[in-house]
Amino acid sequence: MNWLDIGALEDIPRQGARVVKTAQGCVAVFRTAADEVFAVDDRCPHKGGPLSEGIVHGNAVTCPLHTWVFSLKTGLAQGADDGAIATYPARVEAGRVLLDASRLARRAAA
Amino acid sequence: MTEKLVIIGAGMASGRVIEHLIEADPAAYDITLFNAEARGNYNRIMLSPVLSGEKIYADIVTHDADWYAANGVTTRFGAHVTKIDRGRKVVVSGGVDTPYDRLIIATGSAPFIIPVSGKDLPGVVTYRDLDDTNKMIAAAKPGAKAVVIGGGLLGLEAAAGLQLRGMDVTVIHIMGHLMERQLDPAAGYLLQRTLEARGIRVHCKGATKAILGDGRVEAVALEDGTIYGADLVVMAVGIRPEVRLANDAHLEVGRGITVGDQMQTSDPSIYAVGECIEHNKQLFGLVAPLYDQAKVLAKGLIGEDSAFRPVQTATKLKVTGCDLFSAGDFADAPGREDIVFRDPGRGIYKRLVLEGDKLVGAVMYGDTADGNWFFGLIKDATNVTPMRDTLIFGPAFQGGAQADPMAAVAALPPSAEICGCNGVCKGRIVEAIGGGAVTLDLVKAQTKASGSCGSCTGLVEQVLAVTLGDSFQRATSQPMCKCTDHTHEDVRRFIKAGAMKSIPAVMQELAWKTVGGCASCRPALNYYLLADWPLGYTDDRQSRFVNERNHANIQKDGTYSVVPRMWGGVTTPAELRAIADAADKYAVPMVKVTGGQRIDLLGVRKQDLPAIWADLNAAGMVSGHAYSKGLRTVKTCVGTEFCRFGTQDSTGLGIKLEKLLWGSWAPAKVKLGVSGCPRNCAEATCKDVGIVCVDSGYEISVAGAAGMDVKETELLCKVASEAEVMEVVAAFIQLYRENARYLHRIYKWVAKVGLDWCQEQVADPVVRRALYDRFMVSQSVYQTDPWAEHARPSARASWGVMADLALEAAE
Repeated sequence: MNWLDIGALEDIPRQGARVVKTAQGCVAVFRTAADEVFAVDDRCPHKGGPLSEGIVHGNAVTCPLHTWVFSLKTGLAQGADDGAIATYPARVEAGRVLLDASRLARRAAA
Repeated sequence: MTEKLVIIGAGMASGRVIEHLIEADPAAYDITLFNAEARGNYNRIMLSPVLSGEKIYADIVTHDADWYAANGVTTRFGAHVTKIDRGRKVVVSGGVDTPYDRLIIATGSAPFIIPVSGKDLPGVVTYRDLDDTNKMIAAAKPGAKAVVIGGGLLGLEAAAGLQLRGMDVTVIHIMGHLMERQLDPAAGYLLQRTLEARGIRVHCKGATKAILGDGRVEAVALEDGTIYGADLVVMAVGIRPEVRLANDAHLEVGRGITVGDQMQTSDPSIYAVGECIEHNKQLFGLVAPLYDQAKVLAKGLIGEDSAFRPVQTATKLKVTGCDLFSAGDFADAPGREDIVFRDPGRGIYKRLVLEGDKLVGAVMYGDTADGNWFFGLIKDATNVTPMRDTLIFGPAFQGGAQADPMAAVAALPPSAEICGCNGVCKGRIVEAIGGGAVTLDLVKAQTKASGSCGSCTGLVEQVLAVTLGDSFQRATSQPMCKCTDHTHEDVRRFIKAGAMKSIPAVMQELAWKTVGGCASCRPALNYYLLADWPLGYTDDRQSRFVNERNHANIQKDGTYSVVPRMWGGVTTPAELRAIADAADKYAVPMVKVTGGQRIDLLGVRKQDLPAIWADLNAAGMVSGHAYSKGLRTVKTCVGTEFCRFGTQDSTGLGIKLEKLLWGSWAPAKVKLGVSGCPRNCAEATCKDVGIVCVDSGYEISVAGAAGMDVKETELLCKVASEAEVMEVVAAFIQLYRENARYLHRIYKWVAKVGLDWCQEQVADPVVRRALYDRFMVSQSVYQTDPWAEHARPSARASWGVMADLALEAAE
């Protein structure tokens, strides 16, 4: 694990997300109503919708393009849709949001 | 020789250490107790009842002078220890040395003072000890104004106490809901409701900017511009460990004084206990872990093995009438699941958080009787899987094999209340069913059960199912979404009837089945609330669909389109130049003329949106709301100004209408057309609202469609003047805003309510004027250009990426 500080929790709106750019594409970092953070691919496997722009409810997000719903915990599509997004370790410490850079790098290498 | 034990600070933790020591071996130590406060140990937790007048100081004294004397404790009360000299093993107070063999630091914590101007004015107090409490009691004149900064445990107890003493109390809290460390938003909402019902004003999301006053506190100013008058300001925003003595003595200090499992500091002859310590990076503010520390420390002092292991703690608020309980960890996290129970009629909310087969957290409001039972399950890490189905009903429902929720209903005695609103018990419902009420509607009609808030509908149906067996068929009215059994129409009715003013309020009162709703109900609720309470509700941006949140239309590739408003379809060379410049500057891939008589810039990147809008704003243009469920365009023809057939100034009227209506949100998009003559070049007769000018005046027709359905408008009324057009159109749109289901266009809504009804409403001059006035109240809030705010340089950063790791990841 190589935790990387990407910014303050306050920079992400509650029930919203911000985007972190990586060499291989964008990662959406979500903040739930309960101030949990989750990092997932910012790309819906259906038609590439930006999940960071979706409505966040509980621990799930609804894609803004065609309303696929994904669990932010497991990355699995909910309901009748079949698909998954990659999830990355993320946590909050002293009000800062940390991502595991080693996982992101491995993603880049893959 | 008896060893000398010196203790700095007579608080709850050190008091407990002394009790344990004396109980175990009264002769073990020669104890000297210093306290900066001029008194001994009292129960600080009970300061709130002292403040409220429910108790007096004498009631809360733990150790009085006689107790210390009887147990041979030398006391130095009112004496500040100014230095610990580790070299000589003495503490210094008032220039006098007191030697120790072992030393306990129990200096507790100091209140955190927010660094705003005016923080030192007379009348600004903290809430920590008896002196603070007495200052507040002295200031608490009936009718005087108190502002409490901080909506946590301590702040709310202070607020309630001051209010009981007759003060006019306002609580300012920086977070979105009260006690956010202990409560989730739903329970926070219920707590706020209870406090407000008692007359305490609560201002959440309020950041204190300054405390105002000339020689003495007079008011508190917030960042959002609100100012509350104040004769007393209580700062209760948090505490930090009091570590100054330890720091000066060069002991190891993190946020608190660092101690190991035996409460030993980095100096083996010095211990620390209570709120001033840090153990495994954790601080402690509640009393239970402090008592555990005291026990461990006392054992260590008499040579017994013991180690401090922090356990989960539970919180209760000591405010009469606020029944809340929180224990364990209830944050959302991977692998966790919720069980939620809400009873809106009685204001009850319970949420259990499960991780695997264990209960890890519980939040309860309104009925906390089972709190300790849940707390026990958390502490013991009990496997709750076998009782999961009925877990939330508490211990009374465990024991038998009652996994079937239907069985729980079957087992209820006839006297059990099913409908809290109307006081209908199960026996009455069964009786009605026996008398032939075999459907939900019949039961509702005969007993009133489920006739008010409707949250017991499911239970009533279960009683029907249990009583009638397979012959019962459930009704199938289409609920709003999977989060609720209520229809859109019912939800709108409840919001108005129950004066519900926030999304958590609606979800609680109407017994939402999910924690945070879904992408379908949240935008609808946000719209209903802002339409019904333009002044009392704050628009929730995170509950809006992406286009409305970003004030631009998202395209299939994730870029956006930008459409500035062109009033009535009229533009100027200067505006066209500004648009062309913006298109060049931001390399807009496509510039297209829309069907609504304006220009669309397609393919703009999200991070460029604030800048491009700043440029367009500078040229005098505002958002065209081409993305909104709200007023889109007013299409016009050229009218009398240039057209040889025109009967009225249709262009001018269209511009006036657009200037009247722009910025308003609606259940779905609203498009208008104004044609200058019956040739109808503006295609007004397939719009949501169409005006066709004739020689004698204006024909206003509504409910047209030219999308998935194509439909001609129907005549609403005919009027003689432009002023009447404006009033009728605004009133009609307000009628639609107040009554339609979210996402229903006007033609769908009119088909449901009937054109006749709409005509009656706008024909009645009193009703029409009232609708118009309500529309204008809403416009006073919502008729603003969103980009005026979002394009500000200070707001722009939030539109870009949060961090760019592309380079690091590549290395």
